[in-house]
Amino acid sequence: MKVGLFIPCYVDQFYPQIGIASLELLEKFGCEVSFPMDQTCCGQPMANSGYAHLTGGCDTNFVNNFSEFDYVVCPSGSCTMHVKEHLHSKENEAAATHIRKHVYELTEFLTDVLKVESIEGNFPYKVGMHQSCHGQRGLKLSQMSELNAAPFSKPNQLLSSIKGLELVSLNRKDECCGFGGTFCVTEEAVSVKMGQDRIQDHKEHNVDYITGGDMSCLMHLEGILRRQKSNIKVIHIAEILNSI
Amino acid sequence: MKENTIDHSHAAAIFNKDVERVNWHDQTLWFVRSKRDKSAHAIPEWEALRDTASKIKFNVLSNMHHYLQEFEAKAKENGIIVHWAADGAEHNKIVHSIIAKHGVTQMVKSKSMLTEECHLNDYLADNGIEVIDSDLGEFIVQLRKEPPSHIVLPAIHLKKEDVSNTFHEHLHTEKGNNDPQYLTEAARQELRNTFLTRKIALTGVNFAVAETGEFVVCTNEGNADMGAHLADVHIACMGFEKLVPERKHLGVFLRLLARSATGQPITTFSSHFKKPREGQEMHIVIVDNGRSTQLGREEFRNSLKCIRCGACMNTCPVYRRSGGHSYHNAVAGPIGSILAPNLDMKKNADLPFASTLCGSCTNVCPVKIDIHDQLYKWRQVLVKEGYTPSSKTMAMKGMSAVLANPTVFKIAGKAGRFVIKNMPFMVNNSMNAWYNQREMPAPPEESFREWYAKRAKESKDKK
Amino acid sequence: MSSRDSILNKIKSNQPTDLNELPSLSFLGLDKIDVIETYKTVLKGIGGFCEEVNSIEEVKAYIATHYPTAKRIITTIPEFGDIAETDWTNDDPHSLANVDLSIVTAHFGVAENSGLWVTDGILGQRVSPFIAQYLSIIVNKKDILPTMQQAYERIGNLDYGFGTFIAGPSKTADIEQSLVLGAHGARGLVVFLMN
Repeated sequence: MKVGLFIPCYVDQFYPQIGIASLELLEKFGCEVSFPMDQTCCGQPMANSGYAHLTGGCDTNFVNNFSEFDYVVCPSGSCTMHVKEHLHSKENEAAATHIRKHVYELTEFLTDVLKVESIEGNFPYKVGMHQSCHGQRGLKLSQMSELNAAPFSKPNQLLSSIKGLELVSLNRKDECCGFGGTFCVTEEAVSVKMGQDRIQDHKEHNVDYITGGDMSCLMHLEGILRRQKSNIKVIHIAEILNSI
Repeated sequence: MKENTIDHSHAAAIFNKDVERVNWHDQTLWFVRSKRDKSAHAIPEWEALRDTASKIKFNVLSNMHHYLQEFEAKAKENGIIVHWAADGAEHNKIVHSIIAKHGVTQMVKSKSMLTEECHLNDYLADNGIEVIDSDLGEFIVQLRKEPPSHIVLPAIHLKKEDVSNTFHEHLHTEKGNNDPQYLTEAARQELRNTFLTRKIALTGVNFAVAETGEFVVCTNEGNADMGAHLADVHIACMGFEKLVPERKHLGVFLRLLARSATGQPITTFSSHFKKPREGQEMHIVIVDNGRSTQLGREEFRNSLKCIRCGACMNTCPVYRRSGGHSYHNAVAGPIGSILAPNLDMKKNADLPFASTLCGSCTNVCPVKIDIHDQLYKWRQVLVKEGYTPSSKTMAMKGMSAVLANPTVFKIAGKAGRFVIKNMPFMVNNSMNAWYNQREMPAPPEESFREWYAKRAKESKDKK
Repeated sequence: MSSRDSILNKIKSNQPTDLNELPSLSFLGLDKIDVIETYKTVLKGIGGFCEEVNSIEEVKAYIATHYPTAKRIITTIPEFGDIAETDWTNDDPHSLANVDLSIVTAHFGVAENSGLWVTDGILGQRVSPFIAQYLSIIVNKKDILPTMQQAYERIGNLDYGFGTFIAGPSKTADIEQSLVLGAHGARGLVVFLMN
């Protein structure tokens, strides 16, 4: 199957290792993966700031880059959700619809489309899972604590087969980290406090690493961790799953 | 009570200066959210109840015109006097005219967020009427000349030391006695005298039943009942969206309300007022105040399903860390942020942005209002109506132009320059807003696309 | 145009036009629970006491033991005429301010929340369960229903001027979320489950 790899713009420019891990992981499971070189951004930063009407150009460019694939896969719940909910095209709505229906976040693509049961890997550390809200509540990658419904977690299911990895159980298992796009600067005080509080929860469980499916959340947490001179590191889930 | 006019982020920054208090506020409300979870998860059909409640309320919205007239006719048959108020000012005038007609200057009032929305207390004070709020939390904030900070827990922003000081000043309680039991008893004694001497009592309305013309008021303290059953005149004020079609529908909502609000299985008292007691005069004031406009906003009308449980506030990570007053609106938190712009877009343009769109509010809402989606949609409306700073609009326009053009993006984006300079989370308030308390990510030697191009070239060369 | 008419006109033109039928409630409240055990557990959880009794005499004995200092006890139940006043129902409600204990019967109770349904017909005065310092409510054990769904089926279209569900004693947590019983209404509630 032909997979278009959609790498969020900030991941492309700051965290290339996540793109590499995602690409290698998909290839390991037999996908024919391409990274369309003309991709830029899904338009979410504008849309969430109230400027969805300015995202037409991004949408057109996105459709141009990704219309030829069976699936579009992205190592970010947030960007995936934006495409899934908001991608439209005046010029080629059929292609936009195809993409909306076939865009997947990396871990859900592994569990739901590739039907991966377990992944060989080795990561001998204590790890805390940071559920990004868009991945969890938006894409329903795992059960939401508010609902009276059976628990499940697609990312945790994949991590459970990684050798040596000990996943801790947090006090607040799906509280937002406070990144929130523009929110992180327009509401700096609350954003930072939310991040500090998330980190405190992980600290209380003595984690070595905080992982998650959205590097934007992790970038925010990493910024605070480094300022605190903490030994806790952040790592995107693709890197753990691609550890061997 | 003067309104807070500074915007949410500024007020939140001030709130966050006292770290210990923020921690306390967050943990206390999280505890309420946890009690809600425990209670909701103990009802196997919880999600079906939410779904049913949401559908009932949608039916109400679709038949509001009919149900309101049905309710009015039944209430009149029951001997209740019905008034209609187009806005807050008319509501206040109606209440004042009833008080004036009876020639009294004092009134006792149980919790009504509607009267907060209409600023009734200020209006009556200006007209020489003394109002005493009888809900303990409201009584406390009223003595302190503050607005409530939460629709269910009005004094949740205060510590017992604060209450102790306030009561010492106003009720002459022992200085330094912070025991909640002692302080509550002092308020009980004080307010018992109030209940026994007021001729007019005002209450809010939790639900009004179109089929029967009765209305339901829920309290834990019994303060609405103490006021209403002792007074010669009972005035009940309601936004028109409080309707439910039939009496049996109350079962669904009473199962959801207190569990969502505090985790209690039901409030201590769920009082159904159908007719005035013998010799008593009973009034209902039905208020619009922007609700009919909201009803016409297709994307936002679901907000009128709200039953004011406060669950969205308790779960909101932003509310817990910014406090109710930072929302400068009678109803704070996520639900307040989708209701307030309808009342005044200019004044409340900041509120839909006071959220990370995490979606927890939507999940706890007992009537399944799509709160976080509405926050997103209000942002679009506020931008289009011109309520965002022009500098932000300029930046967004520049950014979208670059992102729409891959060639420009590639030139601009070399080694992270574009993202670091243009992503909204990096630039909006100058670089400092990120860097004040967080380190920046360091741009790597090569971007993913550079690595990918190199790999593609290498594999081509091998062939 | 009156405010009434202008509000109603605006609502008529703004309300959604899609046909939205009312959902059925018949599938709700059918989970099997031990009704009496649930009732007792929930009541205890919200600060009330529960006593299973076989006769009015047992209730009287309980009251004599637990409220020895009660000076003024009122009731609307004729059988309690020897320990409580019964001739107060036409008095000014303010005259009940010094009542220590009020004894009433409930039409029925609800297991899921321990609420007891009372109406003005059996209260004597609407304020009587609120103004007394303590409250005792007698309900037949066979009249405990599982959920609010059954409660409203039971109430049906009965007429009343006032009715209320009472679940536990009056309470507040408005100071630092610390639970305090006895905010404005009764400080304590004993429910007598009559066999």
